[in-house]
Amino acid sequence: MPPIRLKGDGRKAKNPRKTLGRLFSYMRRYQAVLAAVLACILLTTLAQVMGNKSLQYVVDDYIAPLIGQANPNFAPLIRFLCLMAAVYLIGILSSFLYNFLMVRVAQGTQKDIRDQLFAHMQSLPVRYFDAHPVGDVMSRYTNDIDTLRQMISQSIPQCVSSVITIVVVFFTMLFTSWLLTLVVLLTISVTFFVTKKVTGLSAKFFVGQQRSLGELNGFVEEMVNGQRVIKVFCHEEAAKQDFDKRNAELQENACKAGMYSNMMGPVNNNLGYLQYAILAVVGGFLAISSEEQMLSIGALMSFLLLSRSFQMPIGHVSNQINAIVMAMAGAERIFELMDEESEQDGGYVTLVNAKLDKKGNLTECPEHTGIWAWKHPHQTEGTVTYTRLQGDITMEQVDFGYTSDKTVLHDVTLYAKPGQKVAFVGATGAGKTTITNLINRFYDIADGKIRYDNININKIRKPDLRRSLGVVLQDTNLFTGTVMDNIRYGNLCATDEQCMEAAKLANAHDFITRLPQGYDTMLTGNGAQLSQGQRQLIAIARAAVADPPVMILDEATSSIDTRTEALVQRGMDALMEGRTTFVIAHRLSTVRNSDCIMVLDHGRIIERGSHEELIAKKGTYYQLYTGAFELS
Amino acid sequence: MVKTLLKSIREYKLPSLLSPLFMVGEVAMEVLIPTVMAGLIDQGVKQSSMQSVLLQGLLLVLCAAASLTFGVLSAYMASKAGTGFAKNLRQDMYYKVQTYGFSNIDKFSPSSIVTRLTTDVANIQQAFQVSIRMAIRCHMMLILALVMAFRISPRLCIVYCVVLPLLAVGLFSIIGMVRKIFDRVFKTYDKLNNVVQENLHGVRVVKSFVREDYETKKFTGVSESIYQDFCKAEQILAFNNPLMQLSVYTCILVISYVGAKLVLASGDNASLGLTTGQLSSMFTYTTQILNGLMMLSMVFVMITMSRASMERAYEILKETPDLSNPARPVMEVKDGAIDFESVSFRYSRAAGKNALEKIDLHIKPGMTVGILGGTGASKSTLVQLIPRLYDATEGSVKVGGVDVRQYDMEVLRDAVAMVLQKNVLFSGTIKENLRWGNPNATDEELVHACRLACADDFVRSFPDGYDTYIEQGGSNVSGGQKQRLCIARALLKKPKILILDDSTSAVDTHTDARIRKAFREEIPGTTKLIIAQRVASVQDADLIVVLEGGKIADLGTHQELLQASPIYREVYESQTKGDA
Repeated sequence: MPPIRLKGDGRKAKNPRKTLGRLFSYMRRYQAVLAAVLACILLTTLAQVMGNKSLQYVVDDYIAPLIGQANPNFAPLIRFLCLMAAVYLIGILSSFLYNFLMVRVAQGTQKDIRDQLFAHMQSLPVRYFDAHPVGDVMSRYTNDIDTLRQMISQSIPQCVSSVITIVVVFFTMLFTSWLLTLVVLLTISVTFFVTKKVTGLSAKFFVGQQRSLGELNGFVEEMVNGQRVIKVFCHEEAAKQDFDKRNAELQENACKAGMYSNMMGPVNNNLGYLQYAILAVVGGFLAISSEEQMLSIGALMSFLLLSRSFQMPIGHVSNQINAIVMAMAGAERIFELMDEESEQDGGYVTLVNAKLDKKGNLTECPEHTGIWAWKHPHQTEGTVTYTRLQGDITMEQVDFGYTSDKTVLHDVTLYAKPGQKVAFVGATGAGKTTITNLINRFYDIADGKIRYDNININKIRKPDLRRSLGVVLQDTNLFTGTVMDNIRYGNLCATDEQCMEAAKLANAHDFITRLPQGYDTMLTGNGAQLSQGQRQLIAIARAAVADPPVMILDEATSSIDTRTEALVQRGMDALMEGRTTFVIAHRLSTVRNSDCIMVLDHGRIIERGSHEELIAKKGTYYQLYTGAFELS
Repeated sequence: MVKTLLKSIREYKLPSLLSPLFMVGEVAMEVLIPTVMAGLIDQGVKQSSMQSVLLQGLLLVLCAAASLTFGVLSAYMASKAGTGFAKNLRQDMYYKVQTYGFSNIDKFSPSSIVTRLTTDVANIQQAFQVSIRMAIRCHMMLILALVMAFRISPRLCIVYCVVLPLLAVGLFSIIGMVRKIFDRVFKTYDKLNNVVQENLHGVRVVKSFVREDYETKKFTGVSESIYQDFCKAEQILAFNNPLMQLSVYTCILVISYVGAKLVLASGDNASLGLTTGQLSSMFTYTTQILNGLMMLSMVFVMITMSRASMERAYEILKETPDLSNPARPVMEVKDGAIDFESVSFRYSRAAGKNALEKIDLHIKPGMTVGILGGTGASKSTLVQLIPRLYDATEGSVKVGGVDVRQYDMEVLRDAVAMVLQKNVLFSGTIKENLRWGNPNATDEELVHACRLACADDFVRSFPDGYDTYIEQGGSNVSGGQKQRLCIARALLKKPKILILDDSTSAVDTHTDARIRKAFREEIPGTTKLIIAQRVASVQDADLIVVLEGGKIADLGTHQELLQASPIYREVYESQTKGDA
């Protein structure tokens, strides 16, 4: 009995039938179990119906004839009751069996879908994540899978069992009295009509409720995030007034939605009693008036019980169908994500550890040597060549746009020699980060060529390409785990000593040792207990422990004060000695000691050269440096 | 705890009482129906009296109609009471948050406050509605049906005495076992969501380090433990239905046998004992009684499940604001003088180290003071004591010669304008945002403030000018523009003291200099405190404070510090010299 939660936003599925079919395909491997479950449901239902029916036999066959007898013989009654006990026992056992078996089917299916969803999500290109807000994707895991769970483990089995009950009870009723069955059908259609109306109203207000809830949530989120500003401006009263308005609106909608969904129960239940009353009168009339005993008292009594068993599952079905339709909308969103195309990788050049043999030739070896090589198989000749990884990156006349109608980079050409530090400066939107997105192939270029050690990067397998690039991003993302775990994320094989070494290099060691549990301090909520600057230092250590031949630092030190930054830079420069570094920064003091600075403006490189050269040129860089321009 | 929460019912007391009352009515009618039915069979059908059949039939219809009316009314009242209670509770919590000081806010993350106000309140609302409707329903059903059954035949009721306790023990021990597992599962669920969320936010990190497989393994690990726990819990729950059926069937069999004997003994005569009609009603009462018990166990689960939510909501309500107005507050700030007299400060008693240590600092009205220091030097902490966002742990902070604790807080904060480091614009037009500073500011005043903050030019360049709509979080203006709007907003207060906490970091040095020049010329009487990373932002200040590890390391003008302060010199050099 997990808590009942209102989930979903009331949206309907576009193609529920197809989605349901696909959902069932996940249950295919449980075919045998499902068959057993179905049989069990049938048995329990039969037992239940026979229970209702038994009243008739008890009254008509075992009580009525005995009335007035001086010495009634109870043996037949006992025999009959023993028979019923056996039937009930079978019913109970099958009920247990079906509940028990269904657990693994429902949970297993759900786990399969969940795991598959996440695994597939890992294969999606960065483009997908840039286009879809985190909250949107998250809700598939939080809302959609949850509604799916409820559907698979509750709604579907209940629906199936209800339908079976309806069918079995219907025929039993027909067998007992076709006339009364007709009356039941008439009254049921009225019930059906009324509940449908109520459901419709409830759904309508439910959508309204979700909308006001969303508005209130958004408002509260904005206000709570700005709570300090509210304090500083003594703006509390105004913040309360706006809240009250939205709060009242939510209550109004929620009250209506709640009323109609609350009503479902009593309406269904009591219309059932009305039907009961009508049946009693009609049945009573039949039992009295018919000469040839069209209806015995026992039959009437058991029919009344049956009619209740008939009416209840109908209410269930209409309720569950709503839940299923809602879950289908969720399932559709899940499948939508699963149908997203995975990141394509046509690369075949791989990165291997290498060593120089006696003759000075590069050969592949399994152990880490500090030397890497690109393994380049040539299909036509059937040979393999090795190229030493050096970090020589060139871009030639590269054009790129995130969408086909808007080009972000125009004709970008650059050469980064091993051991060089190349910097990009420019305003937001000038295309700095875009360039790094292209180097590690988060996005593919539209035109031009990017070469890595003279190999077209399209030929390099993406995981190998990315492994050869260390990246530190402006938005630091740390994971739940210890500080040590977080640093080790850069290199899963690193020893504790190596991690600490990297932390020292990043100038993070000092503050980490001052944390309550040092390197074993648990970080949660993206390292919420650390300052932005401290987070950045850990991110740098994480990249450093990977010991990559090429490093990309995208605003990696933006929140670190200039004094500490100078220390970090000294460490990084030592690490990257002889290797290639790309630096993106908005603070010019960060890029000043680069070998080459590229000034980007609207996707074009407008100036390039060393700090001194650019200052001497008195161009844009000079203006930026002297503060005539604003970077933001 | 529950008592505190229930205080939020307020004007919804009536529906909160009526809902259970109507529910009692509904259940009473429902329980009456089987007895009327028995009468219809015994007096009508068996006696072949059509008149009796019709009479009892009419009675049945009346009962059902009354039950329907009561049911709908109860549903309506419950919904009104539940949503009303939730509304008040949300309001109480939100209002409470508005009274929080900075140190209270520190304790709760914004996202946790949002969850408490939304999800948790929704859970509590659900539990409340269940309590005033379903809980009443199952209790009444159990009791009233038992009474009716007892009236018909006390002897038959003996079977309930055996079955009911057994069923109760069974149901509640299932719940006992399952609840612990579910508690655990929901925690694991949070863990799973956390993995997904971190993965989504850090997708570039994951991909850069080629950690897709590692992440998938992490996910499947958590997913597997959810699967195992859920299976365990649901398999225990699988006993629920069969247990229920076992009880019902046992009752039916026993009642059939004993009932048959009783009917025969009485000769199916109501005055002598049990009749067939009554026997059939006993079957209905059996289901009513046992269903009542089963519902009771479910209600119990739902209410206990909401306990965690109640606790979280209660935490918000019971938090006491750390700052309060003095009994007889000073209502006027004389001038912009600031004095720190051996001030020490720590964020919480638990914090091991003082964030500020014996600070002595005296600032005259109209002075411009620069504050410099590395990350973690407590620069922000120092200035936050001035508008009394926190109270000093030791020593005294004075504004205009009076201890800040003696002022009315609103008066003090109106006199001390602060531009926070993590600043926020709210969704609304630029005008609306600026008027936070002064709701009654004229358009001219707005423009004037923007001119001082060098914001007027770019605001005018927008197609809608001052009516430009700012998106939530100010996402449609650049960082530098946002900072300048925030400065303008603070200026509109016409403060005696203006504090800029790293508020021009995204503004170019040229504009930064223009803003400082405007301050110097236009608001010379206002005391200005400027926290900055850039030496250029503070070097022309009257006084520069170099903070290091919560202490004043050096104090003086730019020239003095260049001579005397090694830290200052180092910072200066890191920003101006060529190669490091």
